[in-house]
Amino acid sequence: MNLTIFLLALFDGISYAALVFIVALGLTLIFGVMRILNVAHGSLYAIGAYATVSLTGFFLALGFAPVFAFPLMLVSAVLVGVLLGGPIEWLLLRRIYDKPEVLQLLVTFAVFMILEDVQRLLWGTQPYFQASALQALGNVTVFGVTYTVYQLILLPLVAICLLFGLRFFLRHTVIGKLILATTEDREAAQSIGIDADRVFLFTFVVGAVLAGLGGALASPTTSILPGMGADMIVLSFAVVATAGLGQIEGAAVTALMIGLGRSFAVYVWPEVAVLVPYLIMVLVLLVRPEGLFGSPVARKI
Amino acid sequence: MKTLLTTSALCVAMPLAAMAADKPETLKIGMTTFLTGPASVFGVPARDAMDIFVENLNAEGGINGVPIEVTYIDEGAGAEALTSEYRRVAQTEGAEVMLASISSGNCQTLAPLAEDLKVPNLMWDCGTQRIFEEQSYDYVFRPQGNATSEMLAAVAYLLKTHPDFETIAVVNQDYAWGRDSWDIFHTALEAMKPGVKVVGEFFPKFGAPDFSTEISRLQALRPDVVLSTSWGGDLDTFVQQAFQRGLMNTSTFVLPLAESSLERLGSSLPAGHIVGARGDHYFLHPERRDDADFKGFMEQYKDATGDIPVYSVFHASQAFAALKTAYEKAIADNGVDWPDEDQLLAALDGLEFQGLGRALHLREDHQGVESQLMGTSAQTGEYPFATLENIMIFDGEGLLPPVGEASIDWIKGLDASFADGLSVKTYEN
Repeated sequence: MNLTIFLLALFDGISYAALVFIVALGLTLIFGVMRILNVAHGSLYAIGAYATVSLTGFFLALGFAPVFAFPLMLVSAVLVGVLLGGPIEWLLLRRIYDKPEVLQLLVTFAVFMILEDVQRLLWGTQPYFQASALQALGNVTVFGVTYTVYQLILLPLVAICLLFGLRFFLRHTVIGKLILATTEDREAAQSIGIDADRVFLFTFVVGAVLAGLGGALASPTTSILPGMGADMIVLSFAVVATAGLGQIEGAAVTALMIGLGRSFAVYVWPEVAVLVPYLIMVLVLLVRPEGLFGSPVARKI
Repeated sequence: MKTLLTTSALCVAMPLAAMAADKPETLKIGMTTFLTGPASVFGVPARDAMDIFVENLNAEGGINGVPIEVTYIDEGAGAEALTSEYRRVAQTEGAEVMLASISSGNCQTLAPLAEDLKVPNLMWDCGTQRIFEEQSYDYVFRPQGNATSEMLAAVAYLLKTHPDFETIAVVNQDYAWGRDSWDIFHTALEAMKPGVKVVGEFFPKFGAPDFSTEISRLQALRPDVVLSTSWGGDLDTFVQQAFQRGLMNTSTFVLPLAESSLERLGSSLPAGHIVGARGDHYFLHPERRDDADFKGFMEQYKDATGDIPVYSVFHASQAFAALKTAYEKAIADNGVDWPDEDQLLAALDGLEFQGLGRALHLREDHQGVESQLMGTSAQTGEYPFATLENIMIFDGEGLLPPVGEASIDWIKGLDASFADGLSVKTYEN
């Protein structure tokens, strides 16, 4: 393998990792704070993509410039977070925080199944494609290989901004500190006057917005069709589990590992490319069952 | 004397008449099709088309006065649910004929089941060539071609239009169809153009949302030809991403199923790439587009769905035509009001029929002989998507192995003269 191929594989790996990370970030944030593995995250991702495609199609038809697709991505993500994430937490999850984990998993899985059918109802089964945002940014050629600026530069930039933005938000703002306090010990936080219910609602909405944003950002690069959410939830769960549930920086590192592993596999041994994320997950979990960055939890009683 | 003759005639006719089945109130048929899942890009259009065919025929009075009633079974529900539904529709609901299926895996499951249940089954859309090569059936018929004829047409078209290419790479979906179709294509290339080098073989997982890495790799490899037998969302994504990144300027794409994606791909399928249609299926079929039945259906379909029909619609039309023709033939041959099962099976043997494409016939092994249409994409501006030019329609006969021979073994024995020996008609567009 010469240097050129090494670099090409590196670029592909990074842009793939960026997208996976954005989705995994929301999943791991929700788990870290609320201790709930939200399977419906995959649906929120898919609906974010569908919403972007529909909104972009609508506004472009009205004669807006293709660049307008970018703010519409944000709009879609926020709509998904507020209109879907909010009610899911408020109406469903709030009732089951003290129930067994299996039940929580089943409830979010049920939401996932319902939302899958909602997508089919609203958008049908034919694939959609809406690449104006990607085309608006043009291409860049590296070592004779053409990349889209969108995938090579924009996606990794957004991922890095989100990573550092979220770190800053959690550690240096009041709301962030409230979230961390509630994560540490819900009862103690409530006893000093923190409204834990609102913190949870807020966290879930932010997580859902991140899922929707992942879908919105993915939408110009791929066909939007039923079932895309299921694939993404499996992959981002692999990232989150490998990193250690609730580990934000860890998710970035593992997303990168999985992205690079997959793209190098395509160059070296294409047959195993599909397996790579899960091979990495199995190897890591064999050695460190709590994940790369997770710490063993001491039992409280 | 006259009375005697009449009486003898009656006596001769009596046993025949007694053999005929009672005319049913409706002719019930069951059809398996994908209403959910990725393959619903084929299944839903085929169902919509079937509704139109049935409605039209019933408006004319059905078959010999018997209207048709279709029950649809969703193939997307999984093999288990599919077989039990199939059984239910064939036995409890009393469907006289079944149409199954789109998925090759489902065909392989349902063909033996049809045989067990003794219900005539028309394999209306699945591609695998193995069914009649590995097994013989009394109740299973295929009113369409198979993977062998489809892939050989693609190879022949490629060799005729790009005789000088030297390298090829493949990007297929990682499941039975992706692997089997490459097996046939590759074997045929090795036999007919031994010097071609395969520079890359990629089998991304079924439903993969991203082909960026494969495309980077292909740009570094610079193959003359890129083959992909993918379909649906996978094909759309692959072509869109390849187009966005300029890969389609440096390599010629061979896309044997792209007819079904033309409308969705819009301007992202540039001119100069090879498009196939799993048979002579094209909404601007050069031999059929001016025929009244063809034009009439195209309008009806457009009104009902807003789309142009894709190949699965043509396959449904062939199955429906086979069904109708077989009943009419059985009724006429036996001089009965309604045929029994044996009479229907006898009529299906060697049946000739015509759907929306060219006429087809069934061979003695029940395999259909279907012409194959291949073309090159062109952006003419007449439609907001690519249409075809330099269209070739190959006769189906030369593209299938002789009855009883396995495709791969037969293809291995072919040579460079194969493409020239085929009977083909060429049209500018």
